[in-house]
Amino acid sequence: MKFDTPATNNPIDQLKVVGQPVSRIDGPLKTTGTAPYAYDRNDVIANQAYGYILGSSIAKGHITSLNLSAAKAYPGVITIVTYQNAGKLAKGKFNTALLLGGPEIQHYHQAIAIVVAETFEQARAAAHLIQVKYERSKGYYDLEKEKPKGVPTDDTGTAGESAVGNFDAAFASSSLKLDATYSTSHESHSMMEPHATIAAWDGGQLTLWTSNQMIDWAVGDMAKTLGIAKEKVRVISPYIGGGFGAKLFLRSDALMAALAARAAQRPVKVSLQRALIPNNTTHRSATIQRIRIGANKDGLITAIGHESWSGNLPEGGPEAGAFQTRSLYAGANRMTSNRVSRLDLPEANAMRAPNEASGLAALEIAMDEMAEKLGMDPIEFRIRNDTQTVPDSPAKPSSTDSQSKKTEEKEPPNPHPPFSLRQLVKCFQTGAKQFGWSKRKAKPGVLREGRWLIGLGVASAYRDNIVTKSAARIRLDRRGYLTVETDMTDIGTGSYTIIAQTAAEMMGVPLAKVNVRLGDSNFPVSSGSGGQWGGNSSTSGVYAACVKLREAIAQKANFNIESAVFADEKILHGSKSFTLAELAGSQGINAEDTIEFGDLDKKYQQSTFGAHFVEVAVDAYTGETRIRRMLAVCAAGRILNPKTARSQVIGAMTMGVGAALMESLEVDQRYGYFVNHDLAGYEVPVHADIPHQEVIFLEETDPISSPMKAKGVGELGICGVAAAVSNAIYNATGVRVRDYPVTLDKLIGKISIKVG
Amino acid sequence: MKAFTYERVNLPVDAAVKAARISNSKFIAGGTNLLDLMKLQVETPGHLIDINDLGLDKIEPTTDGGLRIGALVRNTDLAAHDIVRRKYGVLSRALLAGASGQLRNQATTAGNLLQRTRCPYFYDTNLPCNKREPGTGCAALGGYSRNHAIVGVSDQCIATHPSDMAVAMRVLDATIETVRSNGSTRSIPIAELHRLPGNTPQIEHTLEKGELITAVTLPPPVGGIHIYRKVRDRASYAFALVSVAAIIQRDGSGRVALGGVAHKPWRVEEAERALPKGAKAVSAKLLANARTTHDNAFKVSLVERTLASVINEAKA
Amino acid sequence: MAEFDPNRRKFIRNTAASSGAIAVAKIATEAEARSVIQPSQTTEPSKVNVLLKVNGSEHQLLVDSRTTLLDALRERLHLTGTKKGCDQGQCGACTVIVDGRRIASCLTLAVMQEGHDITTIEGLGTPNNLHPMQAAFIKHDGYQCGFCTPGQICSAVAMLDEIKAGIPSHVTEDLTHPIEMSTIEFRERMSGNLCRCGAYSNIQEAITEVAGVSR
Repeated sequence: MKFDTPATNNPIDQLKVVGQPVSRIDGPLKTTGTAPYAYDRNDVIANQAYGYILGSSIAKGHITSLNLSAAKAYPGVITIVTYQNAGKLAKGKFNTALLLGGPEIQHYHQAIAIVVAETFEQARAAAHLIQVKYERSKGYYDLEKEKPKGVPTDDTGTAGESAVGNFDAAFASSSLKLDATYSTSHESHSMMEPHATIAAWDGGQLTLWTSNQMIDWAVGDMAKTLGIAKEKVRVISPYIGGGFGAKLFLRSDALMAALAARAAQRPVKVSLQRALIPNNTTHRSATIQRIRIGANKDGLITAIGHESWSGNLPEGGPEAGAFQTRSLYAGANRMTSNRVSRLDLPEANAMRAPNEASGLAALEIAMDEMAEKLGMDPIEFRIRNDTQTVPDSPAKPSSTDSQSKKTEEKEPPNPHPPFSLRQLVKCFQTGAKQFGWSKRKAKPGVLREGRWLIGLGVASAYRDNIVTKSAARIRLDRRGYLTVETDMTDIGTGSYTIIAQTAAEMMGVPLAKVNVRLGDSNFPVSSGSGGQWGGNSSTSGVYAACVKLREAIAQKANFNIESAVFADEKILHGSKSFTLAELAGSQGINAEDTIEFGDLDKKYQQSTFGAHFVEVAVDAYTGETRIRRMLAVCAAGRILNPKTARSQVIGAMTMGVGAALMESLEVDQRYGYFVNHDLAGYEVPVHADIPHQEVIFLEETDPISSPMKAKGVGELGICGVAAAVSNAIYNATGVRVRDYPVTLDKLIGKISIKVG
Repeated sequence: MKAFTYERVNLPVDAAVKAARISNSKFIAGGTNLLDLMKLQVETPGHLIDINDLGLDKIEPTTDGGLRIGALVRNTDLAAHDIVRRKYGVLSRALLAGASGQLRNQATTAGNLLQRTRCPYFYDTNLPCNKREPGTGCAALGGYSRNHAIVGVSDQCIATHPSDMAVAMRVLDATIETVRSNGSTRSIPIAELHRLPGNTPQIEHTLEKGELITAVTLPPPVGGIHIYRKVRDRASYAFALVSVAAIIQRDGSGRVALGGVAHKPWRVEEAERALPKGAKAVSAKLLANARTTHDNAFKVSLVERTLASVINEAKA
Repeated sequence: MAEFDPNRRKFIRNTAASSGAIAVAKIATEAEARSVIQPSQTTEPSKVNVLLKVNGSEHQLLVDSRTTLLDALRERLHLTGTKKGCDQGQCGACTVIVDGRRIASCLTLAVMQEGHDITTIEGLGTPNNLHPMQAAFIKHDGYQCGFCTPGQICSAVAMLDEIKAGIPSHVTEDLTHPIEMSTIEFRERMSGNLCRCGAYSNIQEAITEVAGVSR
C-alpha cells in the first residue's frame, strides 16, 4: 500500500479497540517472569556453552602481544576467539568502530577476545588469564579542547548548517540579546537488560536469539560483517529488555557469540557484563552549544542562532543539538550549525530522541533566559513565537539513528513547508491551567518551605515524526483467530498490544483472538523500533496487511468490499453475513502487505509537540534537588493506546530527570575512557526521585501522517524535560546552571544561607 | 572470579584459626561487597570461610546499660531494633540511608564496617590503584575524583570509606570486639579500627590476620537529638557525597562525625567543642587540613552547609 | 597534585594462576595454627553440593563453588524469571525472597543458601494464576520492557511485609511510631530496583492498590 495522500475515513476511525487504554497483551508473561529474553532461552537449542568477552584495557593504540596459553589451559575452556583467528571481518554498515578490536584498538573496552567454556564461572575466570600487552597511542578525549576542529557534517540528513536571512546583522541590531553557551554530558542508555545473544550454526546457517531493536539491520550487518549472504542469518528477538537506541545495531555480544559458536562448533550464549557496557557499546555524545537569540521589545524573535558541537570516532555522526531550532520558533533571521569533532572515546550514537533531547536541553533554557530579559512569562514568550510553517531551510526527515533511512535527495516541494498539525500553543495553555502555572512567581528564589526552595519550570517538547516502510502478514484461521507476523520489535513500547489492537479493529474481532508474533527475521520486514517511528509505521504496515485480508475475505464471501462491514467476528453485507471462521475454512486465509510512504513528509513538516511542567524543591543548604510534580501535555496525533503511550511519556520524563540532575559519563582525559562504568557510578533515577507523573494527550488525529493518523510519542516525552527541570531550579534558587547535569556542587556556592 | 574452596564454620575461634592458617582466605557473611569484588578479580581469595553459622546475630543489652550487637546482625535488623530506634537513633538512620532494602537484608554489621572503597579506579583492574596493587599509583589523583576524600588523604590514595553505619558508630563511640586465632579476644575503639591511607592504602584496618569481629558494643545512650544527614545526587540508593552523623544536646553541645570525606569515618573531638559557635567553626576544625581536587573541592562548603542544616534541625 | 604517569604501569593482565582447592583439615593444634597453609596452585574449580529449596521444591545440585544463587536459579534450575541486570547488586533485577526477606541473588553464593526457603517470581504466580501484585502491575502498566519487572514485583511483595513487620525506612518520620503505608515509604523502599523504562509512577500505583491505601 502506498500512502501518498492524506488518510480519509477508514475502519481505524471506529476506535472500538484502537485508542482504548487496554492493558498490554504481553503483561501476564512479563509479570510472571515467563517472557523469554535472549539470555533466558535455555530451551531453544541444546548444548549451549558460555562466552565471556574481554574488553581492551586501553583506549587507543595496538596490541603488541597476546598470550592465550593460560586461559586456554583453564578447566572447561573450549575455545578462544580473537582477531588472530576470527577470520576476515568487515565493518557493519551501522557500526562506527569495529566490534572486534585488534591489533588496532579504537576505544576502551572494545572487545578483543571471547572465551568459551562449559560454564559461566569458567569462562569468566579464564578471560582474566588472557595476557595482553599494548602500546598506547595518542588519542583525543576532550570535547572542549577538540571543539575548534569540529566540522559540519550532512551525511545524516540532519546535521550540517543552515541559514536564513542575515543572522549576524539582525542579532547585532536586536534590542534584547542573549548569547550563552550550554553543555550536556555524555550519557549512557543503561537499559536494564545487558546486550545478550545466543548464537548457533547449522552448517552455514546462523541463528541468533538476541536483543535487538532493528531486526533487519542486525541481519544485514551480521551478514556483511561475516561476509555471508543475508539469507544465511536469522535473528530472533521477541522480547527486549530496553534499548533506547543502544540496541539499534549489531553489537559485540552478537558478533562475538557468532564467532565463538563457529569456533566452538556448538551454540554459545553471551551477555555483556554490566561494567563493559558504557565503554563497549554506544552512548549519547556530550554537546557544547552556543545559542544566540535576539528579540524586539514585544518579544518577537528577530534572530536566532544555534551552534552545536559534539564528538565521535572518525566517520561517526554528530549529536545534532541545533537541529530542532530550524523548526521550533519563528524568526526571520537564523542560522544553525552542527559540528562533530573527532574523539577517541567509545562510539557515540543514537540515544532516545537523538539531537532534540540534547538540543532542547539547551535551547529551552535559552528561551527561559530570554523571557526573563523581556520581563515576559516564558509560556507567553513561546506562544508569541509560534509558527505554523518551518521557518528555516527544510529539515530533512531523519535523525542520526536513521542513517540508512536517508531519503533520496530531491528538492522539497516547499522550502518552508507547513506543519501537518501543530498544537504547541494549546499544549502550553492546557498545561498551564492543569499545573497551576499562575502560582509561579516570576522572581526567582522567593518561594520557600522550611529549608526547601520551591520553583516551577516549563519547556517545549518537540520531536519529528518519522514514517518509514513497514510490512506485515496476517493469517485468519478456521477458529476465527488472527495471527500477525512482522519483524517489528517491542522494546517496552507496547508494539504487541497496539498491533493487536490494529488488527482487531480492522477485522472486527476481539483483542483476545489476535495473536501477535514479533521480532523474527523470518517475518516481513518492518520499520523496527527507533526514532519514535515504530508505533505509527508498524501499525500502518499491519493496517495495509489487514486491508488485503479484508479484500480476500470479501472476495470469498462474494461481497463488495466497499460496502462490506467487519464486526463481531463476521463480515456483513446488507442482511447477509458470514463468520470469519467459516470463510477461513480449513486452509485459512493469508495476506501480506507493506506500507510505503510517499512525499507527504516533504510537503508537510510532520512533528510532535508538547509542553513540560516541573516543580522542584531545592535544599537551600545542600543544593539537592528533588522533583515534586511533573506534567507533560502532548500533541502527537492519534494515541493508539493511551495506557501504553502514557507509559512511554512518563518513562521518557524519568530519563529526562536523569539527564537534568545526575546522568554523566565522566571521561578520564588521561586514559580516554568513561570512568563510572557501572550502575552505581552512573546514576540513573530511582523510585525515590520520581513523583506521581501526569500526562495529558490533546485530542488529535493527523491524516497526513499515516492511515493510523498517529505519530510517534516515545521520544517526545524526553524532549525538553531537562530544561524544564533546570528552569524550575532557577526559579527556585535564582541560580542559572547551563552545564548538565545540574548537580548540587554547581548550586551551593551561589545559594546564600546563614551559616553560624 | 578465581576458583576458591568453601567451608562453613560453627565457632568464632575456629573461623579465626582457619583464616590465620590459610593464606589468601577470607570470611564471607553477607557477601554483598566481597562477591562483587571477586567477580571483578579485585578480590581473589582462594578460600572462603562462611561465618553465617557462628550465632553472632543477636542484639543484647550490656550490663552497663549499653548494647552489644552481634557481628552477623543484618543491617535491616539492626536498624529496626527497638532499642536502637529509641536510644541510638543516629545509627538506625545511618543504616537506613545506606544501600537498598535488599542489600540491607544481606549485609552484616561487621561486613559493613569492613566494606571497601567505591573508588572507580579501585574497581577497574585495568587502572593503577595503590590500594588494589600497591606501587602502581593512584589514578584518582588527577582523575575523576568527585566522590573522593578531602581529609586524611595521602599521595598514594584519596579513597573514601563508603559506610554510613560506621559514621554513626563513630559518633556513638562504639567498640569493636574480636577474637584472634590464638583464642584471645580484644576490644578496639572504633576510632582505632580504620586507618588512614598513608603509604599503605592497601591496609585499611588494624585487625590482625585471621582476627574476626564478633560484636560491636555501644556505650550507654547519651540522649540528645540524633540526626544522620546524607547528601547525594539521587534521592536514594547512592553513596554519600557527604554525610553528617550528629548527636546534639539541649545545651547545644554534642558530637559530629562525617562520612564521604575520608578513608575512615571522620571525627575530630576537638571540633565538637565549637558546636555552640555554629557550623562554620566546627567545619573549620573538622576540615583543618583538607586537601581537595578540582572535582571534590565543593565538599568543603558542602560539609559546612550540611552541618549548618543539621544544627538548625536540632535546634528546631 | 601530581599527575599520574600513565607509562609507569604496564598493562599486563594478571598472570598468576588461580588459587584453587585447599585441603581444609580439622582444626588443629596451636602449633599447627601458627603455620600458614599456602593455597594450592591448582586451577581446578571446587565443586560443592547444595540443597536449594525453591518455590517449595527441593533441588540437590553439585555446583562450582563460585556459582551465585542467581546463576544457579537461571542456569541450573532454568528459573529464568529472575534477571541478571548488573551482577553487581546495583540494579535489583535479581531480587528474590529468601525466608521472607528480599535479597539480591547476584550477591550471594548458591552454597550459602543451603536449606533456606527461596521464592522467585515463578513462585508468586503464573500467567493463569496471577499474584495480586502481578495483576496490579498489569492493570497499572507498571512496566514497559519487562526486564526489571520480576525483581520489582518480588521486591514490592516483600517490601509490604517489611512495613507490616514494623521495619522503618530512611523516610520514616518518627522511628518510635508505627509506620504508615504511603507512597513516600514505598518509593524509598523500592529504590533498590532500577527501572530504566521509567515506570516508577505506575509501579507506585500498583503497589498502592495492593497495599490498600490511597495515594
